[in-house]
Amino acid sequence: MGLLDAKISKHNVLVTSVDNVMNWARLSSLWPMGFGLACCAIEMMATNASNYDLERFGIFPRASPRQSDLMIVAGTVTMKMAERVVRLYEQMPEPRYVLSMGSCSNCGGPYWKHGYHVLKGVDRIIPVDVYVPGCPPRPESLIGGLMKIQELIRMEQIGISRAEALKKLEEKSMDPSQLIQEARKSAKAS
Amino acid sequence: MGETQENTSQLPEVIEAKAVWAVLKEKFGDAVSEFDENPTMPFFEVLEPERWLDIALFMRDSPKLRFTYMACLSGVDYPEEKKLGIVCNLESLGELGHKIAVKVRCEREGGVISSVARVWKTAEWHEREAFDMYGMTFSNHPDLRRILCPEDWEGYPLRKDYEVQETYHGIKVPE
Amino acid sequence: MQELGRAEHTSVRVTPKGKDQVVIEKDLSSEEMILNMGPQHPSTHGVLRLECKTDGEVVIEAEPYLGYLHRCFEKHAEMVDYPGIVPFVDRMDYLASMNSDFAFCIAVEKLLDIEIPRRIEFIRVIVSEFNRIASHLVAIGTYAIDLGAFTPFLFCFRDREHMLSLLEWTSGARMLYNYILIGGVAYDFPEGFKERALEFVGYFRPKALELQKLLTENEIFVKRTKGVGIMPADVAVNYGWSGPMLRGSGVRWDLRRMDGYSIYPELDFKVCVPDGRFSDIGDSLSRHLVRAMEIEESLNIIEQCLDRMPEEEGFDPKAAIPKRIRPKAGEVYGRAENPRGELGFYIQSDGKSTKPLRCKARSSCFVNLSAMKELSRGQLIPDLVSIIGSIDIVLGEVDR
Repeated sequence: MGLLDAKISKHNVLVTSVDNVMNWARLSSLWPMGFGLACCAIEMMATNASNYDLERFGIFPRASPRQSDLMIVAGTVTMKMAERVVRLYEQMPEPRYVLSMGSCSNCGGPYWKHGYHVLKGVDRIIPVDVYVPGCPPRPESLIGGLMKIQELIRMEQIGISRAEALKKLEEKSMDPSQLIQEARKSAKAS
Repeated sequence: MGETQENTSQLPEVIEAKAVWAVLKEKFGDAVSEFDENPTMPFFEVLEPERWLDIALFMRDSPKLRFTYMACLSGVDYPEEKKLGIVCNLESLGELGHKIAVKVRCEREGGVISSVARVWKTAEWHEREAFDMYGMTFSNHPDLRRILCPEDWEGYPLRKDYEVQETYHGIKVPE
Repeated sequence: MQELGRAEHTSVRVTPKGKDQVVIEKDLSSEEMILNMGPQHPSTHGVLRLECKTDGEVVIEAEPYLGYLHRCFEKHAEMVDYPGIVPFVDRMDYLASMNSDFAFCIAVEKLLDIEIPRRIEFIRVIVSEFNRIASHLVAIGTYAIDLGAFTPFLFCFRDREHMLSLLEWTSGARMLYNYILIGGVAYDFPEGFKERALEFVGYFRPKALELQKLLTENEIFVKRTKGVGIMPADVAVNYGWSGPMLRGSGVRWDLRRMDGYSIYPELDFKVCVPDGRFSDIGDSLSRHLVRAMEIEESLNIIEQCLDRMPEEEGFDPKAAIPKRIRPKAGEVYGRAENPRGELGFYIQSDGKSTKPLRCKARSSCFVNLSAMKELSRGQLIPDLVSIIGSIDIVLGEVDR
């Protein structure tokens, strides 16, 4: 926001839109649910711990779904767990976001073909906002995914649906195909 | 090849296991099969599955054997012979130090093996797992339920002819 | 039936009276309550569910329900060929992938009957001992969180990162390495590994002591763990316990010493058992102490290995890997000492296929956890957390 960086002395008035303030507040205190499933949960813990320190982004895991606004699905969701995940998601208050961390929760990962008891993608049961690839994703990529969530929140406006916000986000982020084309061309030239 | 096999069969582990088998053969006669002296996992088979509990108790309590520790109990499927079975890896932990494997087989449909959960408590969960994966029943098991799959799961996943169910509680299961 | 159960059960109420006196009332019949702990609970170390039958603050019985992370390892093992199983083994015990791979490779190599080059054995032992320390650090750190101390967790994870970066430098991955292969390892150590590893050992020794001072000597920690969840040695053996759990009960049993696989017989290390001065033998604190002592021992092992490792110019770590891994028909039960206990693999091969007919993983946590019902009987609810933490379960390995 830049507001806090500028020196604000007493009795100042800031003029901004309600959306801005709301989004700023939401995105700078994302509280994920402390909810680990499998290997990715260890990387999530490592991200929370000393070296990567998620708390500097205002992200601190909460033990209860009722206090959290972000669900990091960290690991393999199995058939036995699927209904519990849905229930936990339903217990979270709106607005809520879901980050699917790791290949398993994105699509079933290595368990895609023969994993009879593995849910092939958590998006079969709950809507997912951001997918983070990797098996498991490094802490850096998890932080990258969380930044994407923050971008998503920044797009939100009162009276605009999530789908429209997503569309807006898509428009804003650059299309990578053009960059790849350019890189290919320059590679050929050299 | 023949030479190396001869050498390996002289491994102390195999000799010890053979001595164990000899004690059991003497005690239980026809209920115990011939001894298979392979170097990787020497084993014998219990031919009468209903006597497995007696044999297990004897193996644990006889001062000559003292198999105090069950390392592993695995369920196995033998589709050609239309049988299911278990393989137990036993060891006399810290006392006599010998090891042996025991196999027990039962019919594929409706097969029953006596449970040894009261002999080695660790067998309780291993047997539940074998039941969960293969569907053989363990008689006198204290609490025979599915352990890994949900209670209402269909079929026994590790049988060779297992077909995965299409949906589970309305969620699509296969890819 | 329920009525009968309630009538049978009697409880005791202890009320303080005056300064040093208490009133004990017996045979109070009270309501039993079912309390669910998990599958989403911060101190169950994953997706374990405990159904606790409680009477006030006392747990009558806690029944574990597993399978919330059942990822069909054994099915996959029958569907992919031998080298392809290794990544799935990685994902079983994700805190100690190196050790798990080691156990699996030992089992398959026993079946294949192949000789492993000496340098490979050293590499394997070094990486798995590093992984053992990393795993014990997570165990200790999360145990501290369970009991309400947050700082040790940060200390543990700080030092764990150093080890992860060493292993990443060697293998290319942070957690799930796929590094130890059947008959070899994926890469030789990078240049300068020895120096950096020794530097780490030198750095970490005082840090491990610091952790001990911070946590193990902490009075609150000792009060929460001492005398809680005592397991007598013979019952522990009957339950099939192994690893730090069994050693915590005072049984001097370590597969590294007893089975003497790889180069462990040549190395000088102690099998850590608590001596009973600081803890009651078999309680949660003993199990914690064993882990803490094992970190020291692992550091010793690493130092010895780095010292004795044969240097070979242009060493090819994949030279001994068979072109086609197809063991002859037979069965094997191979095992190794994991940070959590005995990890064994029962493998059945038909001699024709490159896939095993059956591959069962005997997981250490699965077996250790099976005693939960017995351990929890008559404990207080907060002590339940202390017991689960001391078992140090990894749900990936429990459910496979």
